[in-house]
Amino acid sequence: MADISDIDALTPYARSLGIALESWEDGIPILSVPFDELVEGRPDHYHGGATGGLLETAGYAVLRAELARQQRAAMLKPINITVQYLAAGKSRTSYAAGRITKLGRRSANLTVEAWQDDRSRPIATAVMNVLMAEPTN
Amino acid sequence: MSEQPRKFDPSKATSFFTGRGHPGWLGLQYSDHGDDWVELELPWREDLLGEEGQRVLASGPILSLMDMASGMAIWRAMDEFSAIATLDLRVDYVRPAREGASVFGRSQCYRLTRSAAFVRGLAHDGDAGDPVAHIQAVFMKIASTARL
Repeated sequence: MADISDIDALTPYARSLGIALESWEDGIPILSVPFDELVEGRPDHYHGGATGGLLETAGYAVLRAELARQQRAAMLKPINITVQYLAAGKSRTSYAAGRITKLGRRSANLTVEAWQDDRSRPIATAVMNVLMAEPTN
Repeated sequence: MSEQPRKFDPSKATSFFTGRGHPGWLGLQYSDHGDDWVELELPWREDLLGEEGQRVLASGPILSLMDMASGMAIWRAMDEFSAIATLDLRVDYVRPAREGASVFGRSQCYRLTRSAAFVRGLAHDGDAGDPVAHIQAVFMKIASTARL
């Protein structure tokens, strides 16, 4: 099972935004981002872009963890993402976790959820397709 | 055709939105606008890179850029600033942005209803004819009496 060192692959962008690895749950990384001015849109609420960035990062993280488990090396490239905003993100920590719906040879289909206090009431969900390219040396 | 005088002028309003918060952190700037569209600029930044070992802008900042440009295009089309919330946003990343280049996000509000606003747009790195991403989104107006 992958451990934290296997996916220190949070991108420079994700680290700049304050996204951190919160915990592991059945091999799935749970990410968090504290509420801060960096993520704020209208006062005391998350900007839709910041919530989207958290979802996308959680999608890449679950895929990287699974690829590490399978000892597959790949360069991840975004194909697309569709975000559904379900509720306003308020001024507290947000969490996100992804799930691999389909892992193919060249692409993966992922679903991701973000929540705050109550995991059963997500604030946003996303569907993503990610290309897994051959690593270049 | 000369442009009708409008109350919501993106060239003046942008700094209000980009002076703080998430758009301020990204360093978004006004670029251009029309009657129903707005273009913002996301300057190149080393700490916004994506995949380790590659000199490619992460996809998250492009999503934020397009969300912000879309919101401003809606206020431009409504000709007023009122609370709106993103309902649904799709981004197709058609190619990586060039290293060191600003990315420009241009969004158009092509339909406004009483409660919803529909937008489409693209992101490019200098040539709008060769985009790096396409987007489609729907925003909802937030009624002033609605709970947040």
